[in-house]
Parts: sequence; structure tokens; C-alpha cells
Amino acid sequence: MSIFKKLLTFSTSRKSAKVARERLQIVVSHQRTEGGDADFLPKLRHELLTVICKYVKVDRDQVNVQLQRMNNCSVLELNITLPSPQEQQSYDDIQVL
Amino acid sequence: MTKLESKIVVITSGKGGVGKTTTTAALGAELANRGHKTVVVDFDIGLRNLDLIMGCERRVIFDFVNVIQGDANLTQALIKDKRSENLFILPASQTRDKDALTTEGVEKVLMELKKEFHFIICDSPAGIERGALMALYFADEAVVVTNPEVSSVRDSDRIIGVLNSRTRRAEQGLEIKKHLLVTRYAYNRVQRGEMLSVEDVQEILAIPLLGIIPESTAVLHASNQGVPVTLSGSSDAKEAYRDAVARLLGETTKANSQKSWKKLLEGLRLFSRSHV
Repeated sequence: MSIFKKLLTFSTSRKSAKVARERLQIVVSHQRTEGGDADFLPKLRHELLTVICKYVKVDRDQVNVQLQRMNNCSVLELNITLPSPQEQQSYDDIQVL
Repeated sequence: MTKLESKIVVITSGKGGVGKTTTTAALGAELANRGHKTVVVDFDIGLRNLDLIMGCERRVIFDFVNVIQGDANLTQALIKDKRSENLFILPASQTRDKDALTTEGVEKVLMELKKEFHFIICDSPAGIERGALMALYFADEAVVVTNPEVSSVRDSDRIIGVLNSRTRRAEQGLEIKKHLLVTRYAYNRVQRGEMLSVEDVQEILAIPLLGIIPESTAVLHASNQGVPVTLSGSSDAKEAYRDAVARLLGETTKANSQKSWKKLLEGLRLFSRSHV
């Protein structure tokens, strides 16, 4: 009985370090993609938008700014969907007027 | 002014109670023992403890904040360790709050210390508030103290992110050297699968390993007496800290580092067997 009990505790406790490791891998990867350490991101996003809007007409929701941290570097990803040429044309006309 | 090449090393972790102050005292004392003029600086304004761990709590007259605010000069505030010729302590203030640490003030004090000391070891408070940010901002290297436990590892990952983005070196586009120090390691529990292994922690945090400090009764004994672990009687923790200092000084080459880790782990295993 005691051997059985031992085996049982062995298998359950063996799991706990493994569980910890798996949970950490998820939480840490999330933390990194979130750019948890970059609280300047909202401001950066706002200022970039202001500059871009000076030249092209963009939908504020069509701008995506993300910071990803890898081993030794960070990647700032900027994704902007530009409007179709026709829409852009009319925007330019307005600008001229 | 001087040609002395000096280094600012921050001891940080994010999470509290993982062994930052113990590590600061142990590394500082061992560096001094090896002939490097060293100062340990307490950044935990309002909750100072480094003086207690170093055993000089009754000799504190002026502190870090007094120096920043010009109420005392550095020589008045520095406490010379009675056991080691090369070791000095700059205590934190017990009464002020963390806002007393201004970037300009901290820079002024650190630059002055740089003229005198080979190693400036900054003991960071827990968290990522002003005190912790100030402790790491001017650092050349960082020791990330981590317990093999989920919340500590997560906080260490967070602090590594802060080191990569909010230090002066990072702002200048320079790399800040980071070292992982795993503390309170219980080899027998790791073997039983109850505790994260060093390999697990290292894989998640992805920074080079400086040392593994075993969970040891010697640490509490040393702090009870106000003696840095590396200045107290022989113990497994003392050996592990000495090993970490050798690595910090770049004494162990990459080629034999694998071997010495094996030796250390072997030693830990023997130790844990004899104590369980």
C-alpha cells in the first residue's frame, strides 16, 4: 500500500514542476508580445497617427502598432491600411481647396 | 578623472523576498575579499535593510538621501566595513520616501562613487516603482535574482524587459549585460519534480546563468549575525556565492563552465542527501 501511495505522490508531484513550467511559458510569451514594458506605446501610436494623417487619409482603426520582444532585440511593427486610390484622390482635392 | 575601470551592477528581481539583499551583501563582500574596492548601495528608501544584513545598523549616521540633498557629503555617509579593507556601505534613508531619489541626484552620487570604487553594487527594492527604476537606470550589468517558483520567474521576465528598455544603456542603444542567479534552490525537490529546475528557469528567461545558490540554513544564520554569507563560516551557500563572483569577474571560461556546473550540481546532490 505504501508503495502504491508513494507512486501516486511521485506522479502527482512530478507533475507540479512540469505544470509550473508550462504555465510560465504561456504567461511569459503573452507578457512579451503584449509589450508589457512599453507604456509609451499608446502615446507613440497617437503621435504616429497625427503625422500620418497630415499626408494620407487613414481610418484611425486601420493603424496597428505592436512591440514584440525577442531574445536580444525588440521589433516595432507598424501596420497601416491605406485607403483606395479614389478615396485618396478626393482627400487630396479637399487638401488643395 | 581616474583611469580606474569601474562597474555599476544592479541586483534586481521584481519580486520581493527572493534574496536581493542577501545577494548584494554576499557578492559585495566576496568582491572586496578578492581585492576589489567595492561599495554596496541600498536603494530601498524607507525600508532599508542592507545595513542590518551587513551588520552596521548602529553605525548609520547619514544616508543616501542626505547626500543627494546636500545635507552630508559622501565621505560622511559611507560606512567602512570592519571586516574587510575594501568594503563600504551606503545606507538608504529610513524616513524619507522614494521620491527623494531624483535622476540627477542618483547620477551625481554614482558618478562620484565611480571615481573611488571598482564595483558599485546597487541593491534594488522590490517592484518596478521609482526606487527600483532608479537602482537599475545607471547600471552596466544586472544580476536577476530568481527563485525557482512561478511568480518569481514571471516577475524576473518583466524586470528583464525593463532592463532592456528603461536603462540609460538601453536609451543609448547599448546592451546591458544580464546574469541569472537562481536562489533557494532545493536539488532534492527538483529531482522529485516538485520544483522548477535551473534548466527550466533558464529556458524561460533566456539569459546566461551566473550561479545557483542552494536553499541553506547558513543564509539565516549569517543574517541573524549581520555577516554576509561569504564572510561567515564555510557553507554550501558561501561556496555557491564565491563561484558566482568568479563568474561575474569572467574567470570561468565557457569551455569549462559546463564541467563546473556539473560539479556544483553534484555537490548539491550530496549535500541534499546528507540533510534529508
